[in-house]
Amino acid sequence: MNDEQKKPDPSTLEKKAAALALNFFYGQKQALKNINLPIYDRKVTALIGPSGCGKSTFLRCFNRMHDLYPGTRYEGQIRLYPDDVNLLDKAVDPIEVRMRLSMVFQKPNPFPKSIFENVAYGLRIRGEKRRSVLMDKVEEALKNAALWNEVKDRLDELATTLSGGQQQRLCIARSLASEPELLLFDEPTSALDPIATASIEELIHQLREKITILIVTHNMQQAARVSDFTAYMYLGDLIEFGWTDDVFFRPKEKQTEDYITGRFG
Amino acid sequence: MSVSEGLRATITRAKRNDLIFVGLGIAALLFAASTFVALFLDMVGDGMSRLNPGFFTEFASRRAERAGILAAWVGTFAVMIVTALVAVPIGVASGIYLEEYAPKNKMTALIEININNLAGVPSIVYGLLALGLFVHTFGLGASVQTAGLTLALLILPVVIVATREAIRAVPGSIREAAYALGATRWQMVSDHVLPYSMPGILTGVIIGLSRAIGETAPIVTIGAVTFIAFLPPAPVTSSPPFLNFDWLSSPFTAMPIQIFNWTSRPEEAFQANASAAALVLVVMTLLMNAIAIWLRYRLRRNLNW
Ligand SMILES: Nc1ncnc2c1ncn2[C@@H]1O[C@H](COP(=O)(O)OP(=O)(O)O)[C@@H](O)[C@H]1O
Ligand SMILES: [Mg+2]
Repeated sequence: MNDEQKKPDPSTLEKKAAALALNFFYGQKQALKNINLPIYDRKVTALIGPSGCGKSTFLRCFNRMHDLYPGTRYEGQIRLYPDDVNLLDKAVDPIEVRMRLSMVFQKPNPFPKSIFENVAYGLRIRGEKRRSVLMDKVEEALKNAALWNEVKDRLDELATTLSGGQQQRLCIARSLASEPELLLFDEPTSALDPIATASIEELIHQLREKITILIVTHNMQQAARVSDFTAYMYLGDLIEFGWTDDVFFRPKEKQTEDYITGRFG
Repeated sequence: MSVSEGLRATITRAKRNDLIFVGLGIAALLFAASTFVALFLDMVGDGMSRLNPGFFTEFASRRAERAGILAAWVGTFAVMIVTALVAVPIGVASGIYLEEYAPKNKMTALIEININNLAGVPSIVYGLLALGLFVHTFGLGASVQTAGLTLALLILPVVIVATREAIRAVPGSIREAAYALGATRWQMVSDHVLPYSMPGILTGVIIGLSRAIGETAPIVTIGAVTFIAFLPPAPVTSSPPFLNFDWLSSPFTAMPIQIFNWTSRPEEAFQANASAAALVLVVMTLLMNAIAIWLRYRLRRNLNW
């Protein structure tokens, strides 16, 4: 998907975030081992690897989801640029982090409220009360999530009456409404049929113009289709990271090659 | 390919067991239902003749045909209001705290076991507790407020357990969705968990209240009167400050006490009164359960996860 000439040396690109010597523990169990990974600004970075290798765990470090559960522990840093703050710093409020980063989950999880209220919720908890502002931002988010035309006449209907693919696009709209700096996707299409999957992938393609995306996927073809960069993880280690077509066609590591060619995993 | 005789016999036997179970199930169901119907019809037969408007607007009387349940149903109503106003906020708040906030440790496990056990404590024990605490120590008297507090204690475990179960039914993915958008714990609870678990909570509250409404032992224990010829003062008045809380400390009687009182009279005519009053109480309970079912149905329609 990326032509050779469109592939500058990554070190010349601007970074949106970076994991630095990141370790993560569920109790005694270490799930991430010394991860160092740059996330480039307005690029799509895909995380691939066999099930259980720590992709979701890694993604959920970014918005401090692990803080919700007892017994979890981070070591190292995730820095967010341009202000260069360590998201994992104890002094940084996880609520603040979650206000800056958004997450879309594996299974569509709309609130059993109206379509409008779903998209407006992030704005409401940021203190926005003006109906006209909410209306404008909800419309913009739904347009950005390619859902506006399908729902513009039924904003007051329950979100749970939408189809699975529509629900997932609604969840994307809900995440976009509060203008996050970084969008985290955890296998966003694994519960969807092929047609809905294609529309989400198309959407990710459009969104990368405006926003930095980090996407976990169990589907290698999907990673190849939607991402600029790919990171291959195995058992909590980051094995390889690079431009997506390099990782897929010219992997440096034998392990990556075996996984990509389907010899294991 | 053909099915062997042995297999066919096995299937026939399995099907016969199926039929036997269906038969037993229906028999058990019929037994339970017909017992209730028989009791109900008996009550209707004995009491129907007394069910005229005057029955609801007259105080109890020495003359059976002039006696009514005014004091009893007003008393029951007032007590239920106090019970609900006390048990619902405390029960729901405890349920939310235990489910959403409390750390999962030995202490909360102990509290949990206690709450479950409290639900099984005989109601007269609550009456004794209330007699000592509310009547004697706090000096609240044998009043509406004492009865309301006592019955609130009695149904508190039911409300807490129902709240917790309703809250637990809200999927974790919904919680994570709210947190991921930057919600605080309380925003997550008040904007999502609480509204989505409302049908279950309300059902629990009504089931609790329909248990409380028929309770006799605890209110007899605290010393509710069996004969009373006045109502508690009205809660609203025509002159400032328009609200009057004297009804809380008023003596009262309640439906089950009135029924018990009438059944213990030797005269035949009072038995009819007792049946009629019991009928009213049963209909009240059934109505409350009907409301619970309706609410559950209405509110749950939106929640299809
Ligand atoms: N809550 C948890 N407690 C303990 N171990 C966990 C928990 N969640 C995940 N794990 C473990 O951490 C590892 C990584 O899991 P995960 O990040 O979900 O993998 P992936 O998303 O790549 O399939 C797995 O071995 C998994 O069993
Ligand atoms: Mg995962």
